[in-house]
Amino acid sequence: MQTWFACVRSKGQTHRFAPTKGTMRDVYILGLGQTEVGEHWETSLRHLALVAIEAALKDGGAGANGHSPRPEAIFVSNMLAGQLSGQEHLGALIADFCGLRGIEAATVEAAGASGGMAFRQAYLAVASGLMDTALAIGVEKVTDKVGPGVTSAASSATDSDWEAMQGVTPTASAALLMRRYMHEHHLDVPHFAGFSINAHTNATTNPHAMYHNTITAEAFAKAPMVADPVNMFDTAPDADGAAAMVLVGADALPRLGLTPSHLLIRVAGSAVATDALAVHDRPDPLFFRAAQLSASKALAQAGINVNEVNVFELHDAFTVFTALSLEALGLAERGLGWRLAADGGISLKGRAPISTFGGLKARGNPGGATGMYQIVETALQLRGQAGANQIENATWGLAQCLGSAGATAVTHILQRSRSTDFRNRALRA
Amino acid sequence: MEISRNWRLQKQRYGLVGEVCDHCGNKIFPPRDLCPHCAEEARTLYQFSGKGEIYSFTTVYDAPQGYEEQAPYTVALVKLEEGPLVTAQLTDVDNGKVSIGQPVEMVTRKLREDGERGVLLYGYKFRPQMS
Repeated sequence: MQTWFACVRSKGQTHRFAPTKGTMRDVYILGLGQTEVGEHWETSLRHLALVAIEAALKDGGAGANGHSPRPEAIFVSNMLAGQLSGQEHLGALIADFCGLRGIEAATVEAAGASGGMAFRQAYLAVASGLMDTALAIGVEKVTDKVGPGVTSAASSATDSDWEAMQGVTPTASAALLMRRYMHEHHLDVPHFAGFSINAHTNATTNPHAMYHNTITAEAFAKAPMVADPVNMFDTAPDADGAAAMVLVGADALPRLGLTPSHLLIRVAGSAVATDALAVHDRPDPLFFRAAQLSASKALAQAGINVNEVNVFELHDAFTVFTALSLEALGLAERGLGWRLAADGGISLKGRAPISTFGGLKARGNPGGATGMYQIVETALQLRGQAGANQIENATWGLAQCLGSAGATAVTHILQRSRSTDFRNRALRA
Repeated sequence: MEISRNWRLQKQRYGLVGEVCDHCGNKIFPPRDLCPHCAEEARTLYQFSGKGEIYSFTTVYDAPQGYEEQAPYTVALVKLEEGPLVTAQLTDVDNGKVSIGQPVEMVTRKLREDGERGVLLYGYKFRPQMS
């Protein structure tokens, strides 16, 4: 017990993490797929999942037998289906509905970090050698319910007894942090506009994004308040969506008869950390400690430092979250995260490009699927398939999703590897 | 919301009763039996004074179920004079007409209602200090 708390409490100290232990093998993203993010009134939760899974299996390519490899397990990420659709037990439901009846399947939940968490479970399953292929699918269906019930459901990701009971919502949590951040660093609402402007600009050329309109600093400054100082243009829209990926072990490709036509993306780092669920239980509420811990652990596993990363997807559910995440990652000093947005540092040509397909703000925030979208988008960047949104020569990518106000953080580091590299590795294995 | 769940928390909700750590002396609210500061056991009850100041605040317009009638309402992080931060609604204030650092004190008010025949749930809120 002492050790555990000592780890949690050692604020400000440098953390050293051991690299991957034991005999874990390399894991690659073989196939990926995503639906458009938005209000899919005509499509059910299971159908959204099917569309994404079919796309991911097709993208992974066919083996010698002409068929996509059948994954050995499905890890489903979802946050609110129990409350919004009255549907739990998504593992069996989706496995069956997607033509994979019989295989191992289960749901993974960590609020807004669910997507990254399901991807990690698939990664662990393959890296351990227990499976050659695993499928991670994030799916969220928020439009099955409308009104205060949706707000109540979303609020269940905060501390029910001590936050939600006082009428606190996720937006209110963000607003409490933003007000304090503005107070301590002498900022006003317009200082945060750059985050939303960048997200909307990048979404205009993402066919899967919910919004394709740009916004201006003037519009941001005048937007109506949701929970002041968080306004309509500060907060990401809840939406429906599904994204899926097939992971494969390095040595399994020849055995499966697969010869992928696209670059394979290596999962070079994967790490999870937690903080106190209730914001009031954190000794320093304006520092996203879990974000820092999981990022440093994932970077250490990948053997790089954060300045070597070419493309970032961060959890921009609210602008202050992005500012705090940039500071947790060490990309900005405390109190200066907002400045990276103001000076263009986060744009596609900046030193730390974020939300390169629109982020949560403009691609949309499909809850438990969001973390999966972030990884799909990062992989597209590294494959060189990002179209108008392409970051040139991107080799390393970092995707980080957060559960509620940073109580859970999941960070993945992805690396571009040429297919020849991969084949050599596969042959050595 | 189940009656037992709220009955169980009555001391904390009505009386702001937390704990004090016998090892490091830190005051803890809400009670958790394990000191978050030193990781030792902390089971000695402690009655908080109910006085503190506003650490941050916001006004909620988009309210969850059971809170719609109160909206818009102001929620704050209150820094209790004994140390802990607590999340609580502010009452007896004009929405948004408060400031960080303003002294506040605990009062007991209705927190939420579960429909016409449901339980009325009471608990702590904070208002500007009277003196």
